[in-house]
Amino acid sequence: MTGRAKTVGQVVALAAVAGLLALLVWKLAFGNGSGAAGALAKGKHPVAPAFTLSRLDTADGKLSLASLKGKPVVVNFWASWCIPCKGEAPALQKAYEKYRAQGLTVLGIDAQDFRQDARHFAKRFGVTYPVVYDGSGSTLGKWGVTGFPETFFVDRSGRLVGERIQGGIDTARNKAAFARGIRLALGKAQ
Amino acid sequence: MTRLLALALVALALVGSAAAAGPPRQADLEAEIVCPTCHTTLDQSSSPIATRMKEFIRARIAAGASASQIKAQLVAQFGPGVLAEPPKHGFDLLAWLLPLGALAVGVVVVGALAWTWSRRRGGDAETGDGALDPDLERRVDEELARFED
Repeated sequence: MTGRAKTVGQVVALAAVAGLLALLVWKLAFGNGSGAAGALAKGKHPVAPAFTLSRLDTADGKLSLASLKGKPVVVNFWASWCIPCKGEAPALQKAYEKYRAQGLTVLGIDAQDFRQDARHFAKRFGVTYPVVYDGSGSTLGKWGVTGFPETFFVDRSGRLVGERIQGGIDTARNKAAFARGIRLALGKAQ
Repeated sequence: MTRLLALALVALALVGSAAAAGPPRQADLEAEIVCPTCHTTLDQSSSPIATRMKEFIRARIAAGASASQIKAQLVAQFGPGVLAEPPKHGFDLLAWLLPLGALAVGVVVVGALAWTWSRRRGGDAETGDGALDPDLERRVDEELARFED
């Protein structure tokens, strides 16, 4: 191999290594590894990640989180095949009925599920709050959802407050966090 | 004889097309569809959604759906990520072309290196005449003479 070809080869190899290193640094510095949930866990109050998804309860309607700006929202990720989701469904419906008059909305996001199964689930548990369908799970990464169910609280300014609740909101360990999240979303507690 | 051969070929073609048009196999589809929560193929997963998807496939096969219809229905529910192999059209075609391109580049690079090395070795062989350096030859002679004494 000629000296010039060898030099070119070395430059190309070095450039490739430098490029990969730059990607790694960029990912570490700006990557959103654990989504909004990660920022929330660090005590920050990030803006709730936006989405526009088709509604489960209407044939062709869509619902975006932006359309709910100005309202406190409880965002609940669930799936019909998830057993704890069945346990918490009545409690979520009850909370929706209790706080609706104060402007609070519960928004269900049914993810990685069959649409028809989700409709059966909503009917079975008498869900009347809005539910959107995210079959591909496109929202999960941005929100940092790692399992079902998970619940977040969005205040009137569109920022996440309280803590991310993993598991059913009706369980003994999550009840207090759920009540606190609702108070924070309504702007009734610090 | 020619007629018999032609008949045999036609019969083989008919058998082949009948097999291709037959109902899809559950096991084949389970190996071609990915569980959305665990990211392995359905045949490797027993998660709740994988189990539900297997039920769906079974029911659709029983209802007479083809493999492509079943896949299309699953893609409509879970998105294209549910397919173990990316589609061979549009942007997803890159997933098929890039490895082939990388392989072609690799073959060219290895070929070029092999050609360069073989040329260099050939050149070395051509220039070498087997003669020792005169100074070294003189020293070897001196050493041999000393040894013989």
